[in-house]
Amino acid sequence: MADKIFTAPEMLRMSDPTGFCPGCGHGTAGRLQFEVLDEMGLLEDSITVYDVACDSLYMWAIDTDCVGVAHGRAIAAACGVKRTRPNNPVCAYVGDGATYSIGIQHTIWAAARNENITVIVINNGVFGMTGGQMAPTTLLGQKTITTPAGRSREMNGQPLDVVKLFTGMDIAYLARGSLDSVASINKTKKYIRKAFEKQMNGEGLSFVEILSPCPTNWGLSPQDSLKRIREVVEDVYPLGEFIERGVK
Amino acid sequence: MVQIDYAHDRCKGCHYCIDVCPKKVISLSGELNDKGYETVKFDTSGCIACGSCYTVCPDYAITVIKKEG
Repeated sequence: MADKIFTAPEMLRMSDPTGFCPGCGHGTAGRLQFEVLDEMGLLEDSITVYDVACDSLYMWAIDTDCVGVAHGRAIAAACGVKRTRPNNPVCAYVGDGATYSIGIQHTIWAAARNENITVIVINNGVFGMTGGQMAPTTLLGQKTITTPAGRSREMNGQPLDVVKLFTGMDIAYLARGSLDSVASINKTKKYIRKAFEKQMNGEGLSFVEILSPCPTNWGLSPQDSLKRIREVVEDVYPLGEFIERGVK
Repeated sequence: MVQIDYAHDRCKGCHYCIDVCPKKVISLSGELNDKGYETVKFDTSGCIACGSCYTVCPDYAITVIKKEG
């Protein structure tokens, strides 16, 4: 019997360490993406689009093709990349701050056109790279540096839930995973795998949102950040698969 | 037999691996790496090679190999 090995794709282990803060979920989420691509034999062909945010730090930590674009424009750029290279797996790997605020028009119209790309959104509830400002996904009552008294419905509006936003949209796949435990991470990996399979079958937009910890900007230890996801964030943003073409 | 390849220099000291280990064979090493993060140490004798530490590690520092025979 062969040896059982748990190891990250070689290009992640062999390149420089990622620039993320200790305990950041980006490292795990990106690894899931590249693990899936590696298992499907698509790693060499894959093209990932990053925008100017924490996720762009991956451009220095990976050894596959990637494109770096302006903040919030990763989905728009990924649509263009896919249209010119229709046989390559194209993924927009983005944060919630960009996808749901400055880039919301690209998010909605990519879904309306059912573009054949995969979008992975890291939802940590803040703008991470610029220092933890309020993002569209910040929870009501959550303190950030731009909402020092906590986010209020009257002043800042409701948190934006992509599942409600995409209700009734004719897209291939929509799921939300989490990184709070080993079981959740394995489930999230299954979602990402399904998303890429749907893209390679040409079914259209596959969208996976991942609840991720941001210990630095939440002002918590990495352990307490995971606890917060479990106890607070998952109540507001429930996990699961919400849209799947062909499955009622 | 279980072998764990641990890249000290990649570790950022989040210690997620210590929390998720079902056999509690991972502990603080008391040593700092070059970047100043406290690393961990593994007692492979009690390890069941479940891969939990690998799964939660955000920095690709852990490789778990279970050798047959």
